[in-house]
Amino acid sequence: MLAVRVLLSARGLAAASVVRCQKHTLPDLPYDYNALEPVISTDIMKLHHSKHHQTYVNNLNVAEEKLAEAHAKGDVSTVISLAPALRFNGGGHINHTIFWQNLSPDGGEPSGDLMAAINRDFGSLDNMKSQLSAATVAVQGSGWGWLGLNKQKGVLQIATCPNQDPLEATTGLVPLFGIDVWEHAYYLQYKNVRPDYVNAIWKVANWKDISARFAAASK
Amino acid sequence: MNALLPAIKFNGGGHLNHTIFWTNMAPNGGGEPSGPVADAINKEFGSFQAFKDRFSAASVGVKGSGWGWLGYCPKGDKVAVATCQNQDPLELTHGLVPLLGLDVWEHAYYLQYKNLRADYVKAFFNVINWANVNERYENARKAAGH
Repeated sequence: MLAVRVLLSARGLAAASVVRCQKHTLPDLPYDYNALEPVISTDIMKLHHSKHHQTYVNNLNVAEEKLAEAHAKGDVSTVISLAPALRFNGGGHINHTIFWQNLSPDGGEPSGDLMAAINRDFGSLDNMKSQLSAATVAVQGSGWGWLGLNKQKGVLQIATCPNQDPLEATTGLVPLFGIDVWEHAYYLQYKNVRPDYVNAIWKVANWKDISARFAAASK
Repeated sequence: MNALLPAIKFNGGGHLNHTIFWTNMAPNGGGEPSGPVADAINKEFGSFQAFKDRFSAASVGVKGSGWGWLGYCPKGDKVAVATCQNQDPLELTHGLVPLLGLDVWEHAYYLQYKNLRADYVKAFFNVINWANVNERYENARKAAGH
């Protein structure tokens, strides 16, 4: 190890040090793996968090390390070639970090301000829920359904993203509530019946977290 | 009409792909291929193992839902490995005639293999119906005038 470090250029070493400080880690769940039963099974939560999300974190770190090396060498071609891996794994890390907070065994109700915005932009909470559910179920392949805030227009909007494309970087909307519809998010429990999963997930929506995100984004 | 095109591609592609998939597998399948497609594989990839490695890496590497394919390129009269997202049909997407497909949508393996897509891809080689792949290869070559 020491010999390798001596061989590294000063710039390369500096870049490597920067990357080491910024290594991403898997965030803890705010609850136990079984906390969202019977809506989302323990088995799914364990695999989803400790395997799938962990893999995005690991691969994001690898991609960022390669990015730092390429950047230090001035290798623009490699920098560009890393974009898909950064988007996929970075998006996966961002999305799932939000997701675990977006869910709760006792998520309460929307705040007064959020409820007012929902009523204004969708007519009612039920309308918003059915629109987001429909859009999310209709995602072709892997992806996410989102309730987001359009800051420029000051309105709530529904959007979907394919794969792990992160909402804000892709659409400019601030993510408030996301529903993961990659099959790994529901298949063990709901099999092919995605609509049942999407309808059920509202029972564990963490309105306290969603309201807090809305408040922060509305400043 | 325009609004229907994505649904036609998605569901039409899904129907095409799965119809091919069921014929690509057999209970007594697997092993090393023989016949014309084996020759084509050796010519293009150097060896069956090299093809296996390439096909496996491509299939495991699909980001999200999609398929790994061995296809036939009519212009070059050769075989190639390619991947498609979601249910995008191979011929429409890459201009290759589908010979052998591997579904890597999570529904294809998750109940059994969970997140371990690589294990599923490895096991797939035990059920490949090489007679069917050969039949598709020969038909594709004929259709291309070879």
